[in-house]
Amino acid sequence: MKTLQILLLAFGLYGANAIAADYVIDKKGMHASIQFKISHLGYSWLWGRFNDFDGEFSYDKNSPEKSRVSVAIRTASVDSNHAERDKHLRDDRFLHVEKYPESRFVSTAYEPAGDGTAVLKGNFTLRGVTRPIEIKVKFIGEGKDPWGGYRAGFEGKTRIALADYGIVKNLGPASKELDLFLAVEGVRKDK
Amino acid sequence: MKPSFITNTRSSYGLPAIVFHWLVALLFIGLFALGLYMVDLDYYNAWYNRAPWWHKALGIVLTVLLVIRWCWRLLNVVPAPLGLDRHWQYLTVRVVHQLFYILLAVACVSGYFISTAKGSAIDVFDWFELPAIIQLDESWQAWVARIHEWSVYFTAGLMVLHSLAALKHHFINHDKTMIRILIPIKPEESDG
Repeated sequence: MKTLQILLLAFGLYGANAIAADYVIDKKGMHASIQFKISHLGYSWLWGRFNDFDGEFSYDKNSPEKSRVSVAIRTASVDSNHAERDKHLRDDRFLHVEKYPESRFVSTAYEPAGDGTAVLKGNFTLRGVTRPIEIKVKFIGEGKDPWGGYRAGFEGKTRIALADYGIVKNLGPASKELDLFLAVEGVRKDK
Repeated sequence: MKPSFITNTRSSYGLPAIVFHWLVALLFIGLFALGLYMVDLDYYNAWYNRAPWWHKALGIVLTVLLVIRWCWRLLNVVPAPLGLDRHWQYLTVRVVHQLFYILLAVACVSGYFISTAKGSAIDVFDWFELPAIIQLDESWQAWVARIHEWSVYFTAGLMVLHSLAALKHHFINHDKTMIRILIPIKPEESDG
């Protein structure tokens, strides 16, 4: 395999610049997180996260506009560090995880601003509802890791309205929207 | 007070057994109603946090009461059922009475795990905290919640049958089945 890569490289068919590299979110090492915060009564932030998700992205620094991202979240893995609240979040008034076990984001466009930030557009599916959203993305860095691999990482932030996804339980006027934070590190797939 | 008012005989319940029976019955009905009420409370309701606090603390009281009641039952004779002449009827009575203990124990244990699944302790009347013993993953958390729900609905259903059976004994069979769980009756002579 290595020999083949070297050969291909030698013939200029395997240029890193020619093809956008595909990355898998580093789930094994968990260098990624999907977190959210929502106002509690307007007095403080309640933070939670999803412990189980998977995803891939494609990124090439020379043509970042071609970047693509897809992430799938297992909704039952919601964790707000409180057993009874998590039970509520999983039941039908909130995530309804039995009926909608997966939430998903699939990008449709990546619009780099030129300063390492970008707007990532895509369709977000939650609780069976799919809506277009925009994620503000910041490229963090890329390069070789100490163990023979190649990595790239981003962070992203977006805000969604709970009612847009059919979550209508009244948590108070300050708690109608939720901020989602994504931090992903991808390991480049071997060609 | 005569000894027969304390301990059970082959035909009568002693006072402790009667008190345990009604305490458990009232606590169960109260907890069942409170549980149904609290799960649908609005987030801004003043009872949103207070109702589960009572439910959990009273649940612990019920658990302790059940253990004491079970021990008392083991130390005593169980009065024989009245007015039954078929084997399946005896068997039904035995199964139903045992099921009450089993289902209530299941309800108490599953309730404990719902609250302590992620390591939080249960606050018992600001008096002491009952710590978590194990942490459960999310699928187990879902299971203990289901088991809690099923066990209490099953218990409530059995309670209706149990009450109807008691009323039938009283009004149709005209025996002492219902009276003897309300007051300690004078034991039959044959009890010696």
